[in-house]
Amino acid sequence: MHRLIALLLLLVLALPASQARADAVDDAYEALSASALTISPASFESVRQGVEQLAASGDPRAAAVIGALHDGLLYAREDNALFIQQPDGTYVDARTGAPAADVTDDDVHTVRVNNAVRSAIDAALGSLQLFAPDAPTRLQAASAVFTSHDPAALPALDKALVKETDSGVRRRMEQARAAALLSSSDASETDRLAAVATLRARGDIDARGFLGSLSGQPPAVAAAAATAIIAIDRQLELWSLLQSVYYGLSLGSVLLLAAAGLAITFGVMGVINMAHGEMVMIGAYVTFMVQQFMHAYLPGLYPASLLFAVPLAFLVSGAIGVVIERSLIRWLYGRPLETLLATWGLSLVLQQAVRSIFGANNRDVDTPAWMSGATQLGGLTLTWNRMYIILFAIIVLAALMAALRFTSLGLRMRAVTQNRRMAAAMGIRTPWIDALTFGLGSGVAGMAGVALSQIDNVSPNLGQGYIIDSFMVVVFGGVGNLWGTTLGALTLGIVNKFLEPVAGAVLAKIVVLVLLIMFIQRRPRGMFPLKGRAVET
Amino acid sequence: MTLERSTYLTLLLVLGGALALAVLNQATDAGSALHVPTYVIALAGKYLCFAMLALAVDLVWGFAGILSLGHAAFFALGGYAMGMYLMRQIGTRGVYGNAMLPDFMVFLGWHELPWYWHGFEWFGFALLMVVLVPGVLALVFGYLAFRSRVTGVYLSIMTQALTYALLLAFFRNDMGFGGNNGLTDFKDILGFNVQADFTRSALLVVSALFLCGQFLLARFVVQSRFGKVLIAVRDTESRTRFLGYRPESYKLVVWVLSAVMAGIGGALYVPQVGIINPSEFSPANSIEAVIWVAVGGRGTLVGAILGAVLVNFGKTWFTGALPELWLYALGALFIFVTLFLPRGVMGLFARRRKLAPEPEVETPATAAAHEVTG
Amino acid sequence: MNVGDTLLYLDGVTVTFDGFRALNALSLYLEKGEMRAVIGPNGAGKTTMMDVITGKTRPDTGRVVFDAHTDLTRMDEPAIAALGIGRKFQKPTVFEPHTVWDNLLLALAGDRRPTFSLWARETPAERERIEEILVTTRLTEARQRRAGDLSHGQKQWLEIGMLLAQEPQLLLVDEPVAGMTDAETEQTAELLREINRTRSVVVVEHDMAFVRALDVKVTVLHEGAVLSEGSIDHVSEDPRVIEVYLGR
Repeated sequence: MHRLIALLLLLVLALPASQARADAVDDAYEALSASALTISPASFESVRQGVEQLAASGDPRAAAVIGALHDGLLYAREDNALFIQQPDGTYVDARTGAPAADVTDDDVHTVRVNNAVRSAIDAALGSLQLFAPDAPTRLQAASAVFTSHDPAALPALDKALVKETDSGVRRRMEQARAAALLSSSDASETDRLAAVATLRARGDIDARGFLGSLSGQPPAVAAAAATAIIAIDRQLELWSLLQSVYYGLSLGSVLLLAAAGLAITFGVMGVINMAHGEMVMIGAYVTFMVQQFMHAYLPGLYPASLLFAVPLAFLVSGAIGVVIERSLIRWLYGRPLETLLATWGLSLVLQQAVRSIFGANNRDVDTPAWMSGATQLGGLTLTWNRMYIILFAIIVLAALMAALRFTSLGLRMRAVTQNRRMAAAMGIRTPWIDALTFGLGSGVAGMAGVALSQIDNVSPNLGQGYIIDSFMVVVFGGVGNLWGTTLGALTLGIVNKFLEPVAGAVLAKIVVLVLLIMFIQRRPRGMFPLKGRAVET
Repeated sequence: MTLERSTYLTLLLVLGGALALAVLNQATDAGSALHVPTYVIALAGKYLCFAMLALAVDLVWGFAGILSLGHAAFFALGGYAMGMYLMRQIGTRGVYGNAMLPDFMVFLGWHELPWYWHGFEWFGFALLMVVLVPGVLALVFGYLAFRSRVTGVYLSIMTQALTYALLLAFFRNDMGFGGNNGLTDFKDILGFNVQADFTRSALLVVSALFLCGQFLLARFVVQSRFGKVLIAVRDTESRTRFLGYRPESYKLVVWVLSAVMAGIGGALYVPQVGIINPSEFSPANSIEAVIWVAVGGRGTLVGAILGAVLVNFGKTWFTGALPELWLYALGALFIFVTLFLPRGVMGLFARRRKLAPEPEVETPATAAAHEVTG
Repeated sequence: MNVGDTLLYLDGVTVTFDGFRALNALSLYLEKGEMRAVIGPNGAGKTTMMDVITGKTRPDTGRVVFDAHTDLTRMDEPAIAALGIGRKFQKPTVFEPHTVWDNLLLALAGDRRPTFSLWARETPAERERIEEILVTTRLTEARQRRAGDLSHGQKQWLEIGMLLAQEPQLLLVDEPVAGMTDAETEQTAELLREINRTRSVVVVEHDMAFVRALDVKVTVLHEGAVLSEGSIDHVSEDPRVIEVYLGR
């Protein structure tokens, strides 16, 4: 009961206000028709004011009407009545939205706009959407107002701010308000200082741009803006630094994925496998085939195709690795240079085989929806596919370390690589372990191929691009040491990404290669060399 | 100096063969049954240049145990030095008719010749650079690498990285070497039209002379006491140190010599094929050169020449007849030779060769890597 | 002891490999013209000691002084070899593709630089010296054979011959009789004694009969340090040595 009374009371109180508003809306509509009937500076000014009034009125039809004006679909009749042309050529009453069947093209004239009107329309549309029901639209509108920083939007902003509940949108609105306020001519110095503080807190390139463009401010405000710019610059530098680190980490994890398998075959077994890149390439083609299969037979599982591709790529590349070890590598143990040549030959054969089967062109591997897009973290843009690759690299590395350390296969692998004869004497079938170790390294390369299919072209040459880098990573990190490989990959990735803005991508790569060559010459055993008598022999 | 039979035979075949081809090309009419078409002359010239590269690779790999996967870089640098001379000879005959700037520089909107292009209008200067550029690069690289005792696979990977870095660098337009397209459209060399049959025949003979010269030089080196030390270094490097030898200086000398030999090969290659571009730096080229040596017989100088000619002849035939199968064949060749023919074709002939390499007794490159520290 | 009489002098040499102490403050003196036998169980640090003296391994701490004033720890292998320290490896290490003659030729004292060896020709003096060594090492018949084709014992002798060709002041000989027949062992002992007339020798050996036959001062190493030193009879009665060799 109490509630009902309160509601009634509220309605009574609100009535005069709404009456006043209705009058303002009438005026606005009338003003809008001016330029349709006569063309003069005054009529355009009338339309411009009409747009602003209508936008500020809160009339529910305002967005539709101003939108129509924006699109050139607003027409006025001789009696100042306004109509909106529909896509099918019929008209509706602008004020009410009711169909106006009797209106024909001959009765009405387009409401014309000039540049001043156009910018008023843009600002008005921006502020109108400040009241949109969904938060993303409001956020977009607030951003639009920030960009236009038109003081005319101030009343709308103030109104919107009162109602706004979403904190993100609210912050953006406050920033827009600060920008509009600084652009207006009659704000107080205190308000202006507060606005500068708000923008300084925003701290991005747009805020810096806006503050930099300010003119005609009171000295105290100008000084505050200048300090704010310096602060923002410093912050931006920090963000770009972090962004470089992120790119570097992401490149580093790609390198790590490519090199992790090599750390096993080359680092642990001492087998130099120039066809390692082709194991990666095969993993990428497995991904392609899995996607094709899912697309054709199991469309429901298509988004998850990568999850199926990972183990399958491991198995396929791993199996090929075992075959290679049994048929080729095992005849060449202790002859690293011959191994290098034979496996290079193998890589040519594998590449050509894939070229024969799949063609020389790039194959499309889709990025599933859950891997696309990006998220904003402060000044950082984190793309999802790169995030997933970093995560994947961590998982692969952890799994690999766990496999070597905790499984019985891992134990036997370590036994064989440390003392082959002793291991054999203890009943370990060393040839079988060799094959499995090589298979493990190749399988890891295959999994790397799944990840690389997301960021690189899937072509027969995919592996070639990574082989030199991978060897560099393994050698740089210190052979036989997975932590070294990890650190080597991340260091190389980050150094590369830090050099890129300075030197350009190609030159950065050259510089990194030259630095690496010099590093290896200074420390031939890498960053984390193994020590001991074994090394000396 | 006494020459054994295989040396005589090699010199005779290379020089005699080149001369015979040249004479048959020049002295007979196109319709004659004995006529050797010009494309054969160009091909033969190309093979001989590749043989020089193979000889260079064999000198370091067969006799010093340095498996270079970047020797094509020295070959290409020599080639670029010669290419720059040939570019300067074009003068106003280029598409843009600029007397000073090669076409690609005009195209890029450059107005001045970069400083490092000066001097290349003189043939003598270009020849000096053909020797100096690969030589100095090899000297710097080798000094750093050998001094820090980088050996085996590590060294191989580093040489590969070296040529890869150069590949990337030469692809850049602003390096001033024509970027992707490289240097081409040559007109004449020492006033002779490079396209002319006579010039081509002459270049073939000159290549043969240089190859024979390099062969004799390499033979002198490996048969001297220096060569004996080198072989000792190849097989038991640490032992030579305890005898008071410095393996790094021996390797450096032979490495620089080998780079210069490769550079000369490249310089003779460019006028005969009419183009030099960055793809000559690609690691695949260097590794292919290694397989020529392996096919012919590592550690035998004759084998290097034989292997280069055989494999390239095979390549010409294959890419003409069955292009899609060439890479299979090349890949299979790598595998077959390393598994079943470790001494190459020469090993089939040799009953007993003093200098033929033993199967390596190297421990796995990473005897160090006994442990995965997890 | 007067340092002037000392040819080689190791003082507090410590070498650690990743936490493992191969040599633990090892101190050892060798007089000019002395022959010394070094024995010790596996892992006692015998080979590491050789590595330190010849410059293969750098000690963490300690000094190695040769001929009273040369600090070997600052020099690399070729420089130390040039000083006159020769080394024979445990596993005979000769240049297998070369003939016996060429092996000795490469070992002959002389200029080691590439600039020399490129133009070098065999001189009559060199030939004479090689012939002498061939006689000493009983390899005259095998002079044109490939070193890789020699028997194990012949390889051992060839390596000793190469040491002689180097004309060192000090020879470090690691297990020279491993894998030799008794007759060969005896001949080797004789050869070493002969060499010892003009040069100092350090012999590392396991074979106690051989050490006894040499009849020289013995140093027993254990866990990288000197356990006992003296005549063979003295050390073999030392209770600590007995404990190390026989277990507790």
